[in-house]
Amino acid sequence: MNDKKLSINNLLGIKYLNLADVDLIFETADYFKEVINRSIKKVPVLRDLTIANLFFENSTRTKLSFELAQKRLSSEIINFSSAQSSLKKGESLIDTVNNILAMKVDIIVIRHPDPGAAMFLSKNVNSCIINAGDGTHEHPTQALLDAYSLKEKLGNLEGKKIVIVGDILHSRVALSNIFLLKMLGADVKLCGPKTLMPYYAESLGVSLEMDLSKAIKWCDAANMLRVQNERMDQSYFPSIHEYTSLYGLGLPLLKTLNKEIVVLHPGPINRGVEITSELADSKQAIILDQVQNGVAIRMAVIYLLASKLIIP
Amino acid sequence: MSTRKILNNTKIDIILNRLVCQLIEKHLDFKNTILIGLQPRGVFLLDRLILILEKKYKILNLNYGKLDTTFFRDDFRRSNKPLKANSSIINVSIEGKSIVFIDDVLYTGRSIRAALTAIETYGRPVNIELLVLIDRRFSRHLPIQPDYVGMKVDALQNDIVKVNWKQNDNEDSIYLLKKINE
Repeated sequence: MNDKKLSINNLLGIKYLNLADVDLIFETADYFKEVINRSIKKVPVLRDLTIANLFFENSTRTKLSFELAQKRLSSEIINFSSAQSSLKKGESLIDTVNNILAMKVDIIVIRHPDPGAAMFLSKNVNSCIINAGDGTHEHPTQALLDAYSLKEKLGNLEGKKIVIVGDILHSRVALSNIFLLKMLGADVKLCGPKTLMPYYAESLGVSLEMDLSKAIKWCDAANMLRVQNERMDQSYFPSIHEYTSLYGLGLPLLKTLNKEIVVLHPGPINRGVEITSELADSKQAIILDQVQNGVAIRMAVIYLLASKLIIP
Repeated sequence: MSTRKILNNTKIDIILNRLVCQLIEKHLDFKNTILIGLQPRGVFLLDRLILILEKKYKILNLNYGKLDTTFFRDDFRRSNKPLKANSSIINVSIEGKSIVFIDDVLYTGRSIRAALTAIETYGRPVNIELLVLIDRRFSRHLPIQPDYVGMKVDALQNDIVKVNWKQNDNEDSIYLLKKINE
């Protein structure tokens, strides 16, 4: 028990983790979840570390969640947003990050619109890198918090049936979720319009279902993804109205089931598009549990990676 | 490594009973007292003390909990050995209560320093005492002293004091392990 450490030095994606890593992250998150429910929600463990949050893409939840996790671990934080940066003056990503590291920063959290940005950085700068979302590639901490939240509701995910619904093509959340849920032994199905399904979907070891009601009847939990209009360079479906009528989830469909399924959403929610307001606010939706667990999971990831930065 | 048994089952039983009597003398019915076992090994001692308090002295409705200090320690990133966390379970408010920290061995005092910081995150107790089974006196790094002591042991820095509990290690015993040929 006492020799447990992560097998990785950077969190670049779920595909670089093994099952022991995931178990350790979940177990550590349990302890942090207890910490953030105390009257003083802060521990001093990272007081001698500085973390830079580099967000080259808009974010509300993930940025706040990382920042809160870092504050609750007592680390120093600097925040960087590409909108007000020298990137506009033509500085390269490596130069920007190396300049930040020269200010004695220990850990970099990066969100970037380009797939592979976190991996690129990890190969070119000498720091611990945490991927907070790289384009349409991976969003490992979101998948970890989704699976952690699901485990709280469903127990062991081995053999559990999970459907991911919506814009799979543009979703880093979907890809990371598929990798992690498969690793945990879940049966994963993707559901959405064919145009929003990646051509390699079946090679990921998942099944496809175009009919939402069939997919919902089959599953124990449904992860409803947002339609990512900002990443769409062409029209993938005729209209939002048509998308909603075919792939929007609401209470009426759930009431036809003889079981209660768990509904997740990584946010931000487009109420009335992929999920109705009524369902989003119902007990079946664990959206706010996901948000709370996100802080504990990120505390665990940062703590476990930081423990590998040994003071010489 | 040479091994010497410094306490056997009978002597440990006598000491536990004495510690319980000392606690009762100070805390009477324990109405405003919370016994806190420090993770990981102080919890075994806590369990034994509770057993005697409840069975022998019929003091029921005790308030107690477990406190983990991993995230409050000062040796994070100081060795290759990872700091393994344990659960903290304190289900009662500590505000205005008397706390008794319970641990098996008091050595450098750094774990107790961490516990003093950790308990603050639950509120402001009126006072905090320390009960230990073994006090490795002359080994302190910090100005921390116990209020209740089972036994004082003189041990060198490289020595190990190993406490075994029958509920976990099949026997109640305490060994002093000394490195030889140094």
